[in-house]
Amino acid sequence: MLFILLTIVFVVIRIMPGDPVSAMLGGHAPDKVIEAKKAELGLNKPLIVQYGNYLWQVAHLDLGTSMIFKQKVTSAISDKLPATIELTIFGMLVTLLVGVPLGAYAADNRRSGQDYLIRLFGIVIYCIPVYWLGLMFQMIFGVWLDWFPVAGRTSPRVFASTFEQTGLYIIDTLLINDWKALWDVLMHLVLPSLTLGLVLSGIFIRLTRANMLDVLRSDYILAAEARGIRHFPVVYKHGLLNAFVPILTMMGLQVSLLMAGAVLTESTFSWPGMGRLLLERIYLRDYPTIQGVIVIFALIVAFMSLIVDIIYALIDPRVRY
Amino acid sequence: MKENVLEIKNLHVQFPIHIGTVRAVEDVSLNLRKGEVMGLVGESGCGKSTLGFSILRLLRPPGKITAGEINYHGRNIGNMSQKELLDLRGRNISMIFQDPLTSLDPLYTIGDQFLETLRTHEKGIKKKIALERAVDMLKNLGISPNRLYEYPHQMSGGMRQRIMIGIGLILNPDLLIADEPTTALDVIVEAQFLDLLNELREKFDLTIMFITHNLGVVAQASDRITVMYGGRMVETGTAEDVFADPKHPYTQGLLASVPNIKLEQTELQTMPGAPPDLVNPPPGCVFHPRCPHVMDICKQEVPKSFRANGHMRACWLYK
Amino acid sequence: MKHSPTAAMGRLIGGFTGMGRKYGAEWWILIIGALIIGGIILMALLAPLIAPYDPHDQAAGPQLAPPSSEHLLGTDNLQRDVLSRIIFGARTILGVAILAALISSVVGISLGMFSGYSGGTFDKTLSLIMDSVYSFPGLILAITFAAMLEPGIMSITIAVAVIYIPTYFRLVRGQTLTIKEELYVESARAIGAPNLVILGKYIFPNVIATTAVVFTMNVGDAIMIEAALTYLGLGLPPSIVDWGMDLAMGKKFLPSGQWWLITFPGVMISTLALGFTMLGEGLAEILNPRLLER
Repeated sequence: MLFILLTIVFVVIRIMPGDPVSAMLGGHAPDKVIEAKKAELGLNKPLIVQYGNYLWQVAHLDLGTSMIFKQKVTSAISDKLPATIELTIFGMLVTLLVGVPLGAYAADNRRSGQDYLIRLFGIVIYCIPVYWLGLMFQMIFGVWLDWFPVAGRTSPRVFASTFEQTGLYIIDTLLINDWKALWDVLMHLVLPSLTLGLVLSGIFIRLTRANMLDVLRSDYILAAEARGIRHFPVVYKHGLLNAFVPILTMMGLQVSLLMAGAVLTESTFSWPGMGRLLLERIYLRDYPTIQGVIVIFALIVAFMSLIVDIIYALIDPRVRY
Repeated sequence: MKENVLEIKNLHVQFPIHIGTVRAVEDVSLNLRKGEVMGLVGESGCGKSTLGFSILRLLRPPGKITAGEINYHGRNIGNMSQKELLDLRGRNISMIFQDPLTSLDPLYTIGDQFLETLRTHEKGIKKKIALERAVDMLKNLGISPNRLYEYPHQMSGGMRQRIMIGIGLILNPDLLIADEPTTALDVIVEAQFLDLLNELREKFDLTIMFITHNLGVVAQASDRITVMYGGRMVETGTAEDVFADPKHPYTQGLLASVPNIKLEQTELQTMPGAPPDLVNPPPGCVFHPRCPHVMDICKQEVPKSFRANGHMRACWLYK
Repeated sequence: MKHSPTAAMGRLIGGFTGMGRKYGAEWWILIIGALIIGGIILMALLAPLIAPYDPHDQAAGPQLAPPSSEHLLGTDNLQRDVLSRIIFGARTILGVAILAALISSVVGISLGMFSGYSGGTFDKTLSLIMDSVYSFPGLILAITFAAMLEPGIMSITIAVAVIYIPTYFRLVRGQTLTIKEELYVESARAIGAPNLVILGKYIFPNVIATTAVVFTMNVGDAIMIEAALTYLGLGLPPSIVDWGMDLAMGKKFLPSGQWWLITFPGVMISTLALGFTMLGEGLAEILNPRLLER
């Protein structure tokens, strides 16, 4: 999968108009200078040779050097990746905490007023673009109510350089016991992760509800009720856990939605993550960085599906044996 | 006469759906005496399972008991609070289901499901004691205690059905409702299961309502038999009476359609017609469109229950 | 039977509520979705007639004026009328989203049918490619495409269309594989019907029914992607009126409190996407309740 995506992106960005040299030097540079620069970057070689060289590099876990800045692509990415990870983890947390309980509650109270209300919420929130929800949150909670900061990962007076180690600021601030900085970091996370999480929760409401309805119809639920088990454990211990198994199998697709949502959320909240990196470099036609970002996103998707498989095996004994 | 464990009086159960109201159970009255096995027989959709579920008040919405009452040792189940009902289920009345493959939660071990039942009904029970009781129960069922730590998918259908009974009996209920418990099992396992049930019945002093469409199983397992058709009771009597001398034309037809090992008749009979539409049941006797002895009165009036020597049949032939 | 308009209307309403009773909430979801879409399409078609100002008019009113009776939705920093831009912007987003969905469905359906029908290495290779693209975040691909192409309606349409091709491909290929094994197709092949005839006559009609629902949902999704791209400043030149671009522009005035600049374009994007999603959801529930759970 990684290889195929890489190939597509490699070819597409090179056959399309525009190149890093013109982007760097502007439109008025003499042809000679442009040619020289292209030769320096290896852009004058046939596409297939460039491609071969690049694959050789990637196979050695080297994503190359930026064509615009004197910077290894891996170091540009490792600067930005933790921000995206922090955002997506919290976004996912919000999604699960909102989507799964609401979906389960709706299924348990099928055809009630609450059910319709929750389903309506699910559909509507799904249709709200994540970047617009972000803007509205910024306006309401940032500008009008002034409860939360609306941009970046830290306040101007909190210097990340004083604690940065892993790049995951929550862990970093905990490591040096800087509670004030931790609070600042958390406050900055609130709006972006709420935005990202809420938009995705619509899908989880629907998934959870549909799977819960199937599960609640099954015999072991009836059997548990016939044994006098109280309604709450029947629905949430037996029902929800069983409903979660098919939900997990569909998580792969949600991960890519999460990534897409993260790119947009980063843009709205000036969040210095992978999405911002991609957008900055795409204008500059910085081929190696664009390719590198795509590789990392593909790796994240693959890694997440591995995690999902592990959780799957933990929950479902039928997979374990 | 022994005391009644369960009395059902003029029970009506209905399911209002968008095309009308399904009259799943109509005017059913039954008594279960202590220690007996009552076989409840009929075709699929005749209301026998619905009757079983209404005893535990486990009807799926929109199903409702619309009239009549169900008394367990004289207490009206219809008037019980939610808490009393939860107490009743599992502790006093247990139920086992048709498909043992789907009746146990696949994500928890057998032990977990035993413990959950015990802990729900006996608050604060020690884990060690609860486990000991589960092990004792497994011994009664002829199952190795190691199975407690296994998951349902690791066991055969027959074993899972035995475990279902075990979980059902762990709290010593005196009434067991068995809803087609052997339908999903093959013949040999079925025979073993019926033997086990008989054994447990004596050991635990059980009263059993045995719901099935299989006349052979009923004949083996029951003391008395109730035949249902189209949501109504058509005949009740001791197993011998009903089998030796079926009175209701439906029972007669039902028995005639069972292959007989004595080969008294060479040709297997089938009953003409289809089960009734329970949304718009035929007027009068629900069976009259299929009845070989249909009379004018059958098309107009619902037959009364006629009794002779404790053998009840709802048919105008016996007026 | 009466033929007066009121009787016809009565029958129509009777039919509607009858369907409502039969399918419950799903029917009403479908109707509301259709009404939203119909309303916005009408607005787009009649844009020159109903828009109070020219959307490009940089002297339509004062700068950054809040909603008033003269400018119902206010004006932007270039003194343009927000309402008029909303009305004209509907044309861009609807056109791009529907066209993109059409392109990706045509490409995806035909590739899926041929791939599933022919099988072999071709099928395997194509499936692998499609699966890879499908599992990757679509927006990120669309961003790459949109950024590489010259800004313009066609470019953004292609960028959006590309990411939905695998959706159709996978759906159609799976169905083709199933239908291929059906007896009537086997027998058609046995009597020597050409492959193209089999594809067109037996497989296509079966496939098209299920793709209808996906198509509707797809348009709803494409609307959000289109607006996302233009919000990020990709895909369209500034001369085109577009909700996503207006949103991006309004974002600059958020800290100073000009709420109308971001509120209205966003509401419109959400509403339009909601319309298509509700229509698709209603259709899916009525045609095939289990489709969406896959």
